[in-house]
Amino acid sequence: MLSALLGNSTPDHHAKELALREANRRHAKPGRGVLVKVLRCDGPGKATRWETFKVTTEKGMNVISALQQIGGNPVTTDGKATTPVVWDSGCLEEVCGACTMVINGKVRQSCSCLLDDYAPSEGDTITLEPMSKFPVIRDLWVDRSRLFHNIKRVKAWVPIDGTYNLGPGPREHPNAQETRYKLSECMSCGCCLEACPQFNLEADASKWDSSFIGAHAISQARLFNMHGTGKELAMERLEALMGPGGVSDCGNAQNCVKVCPKHIPLTESIAAMGRAVTLAGLTKFFRS
Amino acid sequence: MGQRVIVVGGGLAGLAASVRVAEAGLAVDLFSLVPVKRSHSVCAQGGINACNEVARQQGYSEYEHFDETIYGGDFLADQHPVLEMANWAPRIIDLLDRMGVPFNRTSEGYRDLRLFGGSLFKRTHFAGATTGQQLLYALDEQTRRYEAEGKVTKYEYWEFLGPVIHDGRAVGIVAQDLRTMQIRSFRADAVVMATGGCGLVYGKSTNSIICTGAAAARCYQAGAWYGNPEMIQVHPTAIPGSDKLRLMSESARGEGGRVWVPALKQPDGTWGKNPRSGSDPKTIPTSERFYFLEEKYPAYGNIVPRDIATREIFEICVAHGMGVGGENQVYLDLTHKPKEYLQKKLEGILDIYSKFVGEDPYTTPMRIFPAVHYSMGGLWTQFAKGNYNPADPRTKHKSGSATPLTSAVGQGLAYGDPINMQTNIQGLYAFGEVNFAYHGANRLGANALLSCLFDGLFCGLSVVNYLKDGAPSKAPAEQLPSSSYDAVVKQQQDRVNALISSVSPNHEAATNPYTIHKELGVEMTAACTVVKSEARLKQCLNKLGELKDRAARLKLGDNAGWTNQTLSYSRAVQDMLSVADAIAQGSIQRKESRGAHYRTDFPTRDDANFMKTTVAKFSPEGAHVTFEPIDALLIKPAARTYGKVDAGASAKPQLAGTAH
Repeated sequence: MLSALLGNSTPDHHAKELALREANRRHAKPGRGVLVKVLRCDGPGKATRWETFKVTTEKGMNVISALQQIGGNPVTTDGKATTPVVWDSGCLEEVCGACTMVINGKVRQSCSCLLDDYAPSEGDTITLEPMSKFPVIRDLWVDRSRLFHNIKRVKAWVPIDGTYNLGPGPREHPNAQETRYKLSECMSCGCCLEACPQFNLEADASKWDSSFIGAHAISQARLFNMHGTGKELAMERLEALMGPGGVSDCGNAQNCVKVCPKHIPLTESIAAMGRAVTLAGLTKFFRS
Repeated sequence: MGQRVIVVGGGLAGLAASVRVAEAGLAVDLFSLVPVKRSHSVCAQGGINACNEVARQQGYSEYEHFDETIYGGDFLADQHPVLEMANWAPRIIDLLDRMGVPFNRTSEGYRDLRLFGGSLFKRTHFAGATTGQQLLYALDEQTRRYEAEGKVTKYEYWEFLGPVIHDGRAVGIVAQDLRTMQIRSFRADAVVMATGGCGLVYGKSTNSIICTGAAAARCYQAGAWYGNPEMIQVHPTAIPGSDKLRLMSESARGEGGRVWVPALKQPDGTWGKNPRSGSDPKTIPTSERFYFLEEKYPAYGNIVPRDIATREIFEICVAHGMGVGGENQVYLDLTHKPKEYLQKKLEGILDIYSKFVGEDPYTTPMRIFPAVHYSMGGLWTQFAKGNYNPADPRTKHKSGSATPLTSAVGQGLAYGDPINMQTNIQGLYAFGEVNFAYHGANRLGANALLSCLFDGLFCGLSVVNYLKDGAPSKAPAEQLPSSSYDAVVKQQQDRVNALISSVSPNHEAATNPYTIHKELGVEMTAACTVVKSEARLKQCLNKLGELKDRAARLKLGDNAGWTNQTLSYSRAVQDMLSVADAIAQGSIQRKESRGAHYRTDFPTRDDANFMKTTVAKFSPEGAHVTFEPIDALLIKPAARTYGKVDAGASAKPQLAGTAH
């Protein structure tokens, strides 16, 4: 129920989600035992296994602090001594994108996942799995190189003339700035890719350039095509989005926008770039 | 391989350095614990300071920015580097603008500005409340561009284990791949450390989980000096949490946020406890709200510098027990501002608050408390003064008069001089938060992003020139014997082997790295933050000795030869102890109060003896501390009151430029 609500990013649903979380939080008491069930894997190609740990909750505790508590004394509920769980994390305030994982079946950042909100009662279970669209390095840590590679495919940068003192950039209307700022909040976390039916695990890097590029990269292409200087590379970005693995591979499932933790209008970006690619293709066709 | 530069750390300073050095045509190897886009610079929220045309026409100038930074830092910083940083700030903003940073805009399309701590002028440029993220991304994008062209090679998820020093100069590093656990050396003609702060020494802080200070500690242990280690900034407004203390940006106050606690006015005019302190803040009438910063500092109000705001909050909560509901918390209130305004300017940080606390900051005052935030101290660095050195430095600038400082007048630093931001080890540079250079005893809000970028862009050229004209031009790293490199690799491999062989399923507290780190954090927070005293610091040194013994025989919970995070963490815990020791030793020997360093047993500033840089040199027994003279030729020290109403003779609220 909760995950269904979480999946929608409209303000109304956001308010409902907050209300439900608040209700859970009021009900949750510190010091209760919560079960953390983790899908573990010792390394690439190794077998996976489930391990369950019991943590004692503190006020405001999130999944990160639960994993830290487990790390200090990694013993499963069966009494088996094991190794600390491996996971990726950084800022712990949902702005770096590192700690993304699949929690209770839904992709999200683990830092902003509070135990009081999702496991308010004694004995409740929280399930942690690595993202499935990227190769597992160990346990919950996955290799998201492909995500960054795809940003390179669309040349997501402004081609400045170097760091010399050349005066200010282009003036910009606040409306344009607000649109760009929203797109520029993408923290490369990979939620949109995990939720996308068209984006699949591909360990072979030689196939990345012909596989679906992903909503995040399409949105970055839009961001830089909107910038006064960035649009100098607009055609190159559109060419990267044409053909196999490009914007037309999007199946319009619209899962990406529902799971984006920053509420970036990814489907708008896909639609905008889809139109731009079509136009560019037509122009090319009539010129050739 | 040709000449190469290694940059360690992919935050703003490291990326700016990489871009600047690559642009000059040199190959860059960039090392980072995390994909560089996830570096701690993303957490910076409020903005970046620079003189701008609007402020200039109101009487502000680069010189005022310099003056505020020196005053804000309580006259501890060397002045010429700060002068040049302020001088360069406007062109850094222009560059970021050209890179596409979505700075907030005015209705006419110019860059918008906000008020920030320690200034009465709007001189802070911002992109929502996630300015650090937006700046980091701009530099990340430019770095990716150079990466795509093959000029920058990234080593992400690689941990720096130590510099390789040959004939007294840094000629490379030894690093470990955190996935495969491979340890190897990398040759370079210069090494730039851009590894940020050391918040994790305090256990919980506003810092990211990677900000252990271990990289700096490894340079320090290899002979690099550490400057002003005791100068640790405690940010006044953070959200308490069990894994970290999340920052609530100063911009919340810059945009009108008011700090208060419920209180009752006593017959004698002072404020006392309010029995209803813990009840719904919306039910507390205005007459029962004690806006203590506004009352004490009528000119600056809620935007006094951080050390001052922190001490005032501490006094309210700890000394007077007047925190909200009797707990260590005060209100930071934005509820009087229109929601639309707040969303445009502060949405990023208000989202963080509602996500982690579960309350709506648009309608309910936030509950906040100070937290360790920034290290003004860091690796000791040098500089070459520029030609700006007037006999009669100007401290006042009136609206409409000529700008007292431009690069035409002269420079604070000699641009391109190889010595700029070089440590005492030749070829080893320190850029950004990891050096000690710009912020003295207290950093002003929105000056951190600036110092990172200034180091990378301005001092990047120093690195380039060092390669062209310095020792590397005569003896390139690629031609040096491999023995120096092999020795450090072996030393690091031995250390790893020892740690791996310590593995024990028995997680007893005495030798558990998590427990040792936790105890370190609690001790350092209690002894080396807002209020310090000799007695407490001595106790702290004893505790650090005990922790050092325990850390030397700590036991790992994981002996995996693949992606062993416990190994990396435990090694960092061991190295954090040397930084903790330098902080405590510096604190104990600086027998005065200045900026963030407040001693109850020496409550006043002592310029005669301590307007000097603390220099800590590593020894296995503990830091050896000396005090070295500073460059204070331009602005003479004066009382730092920020117009406090009970500060005696200088009580009148005054403008920044005239207060001293």
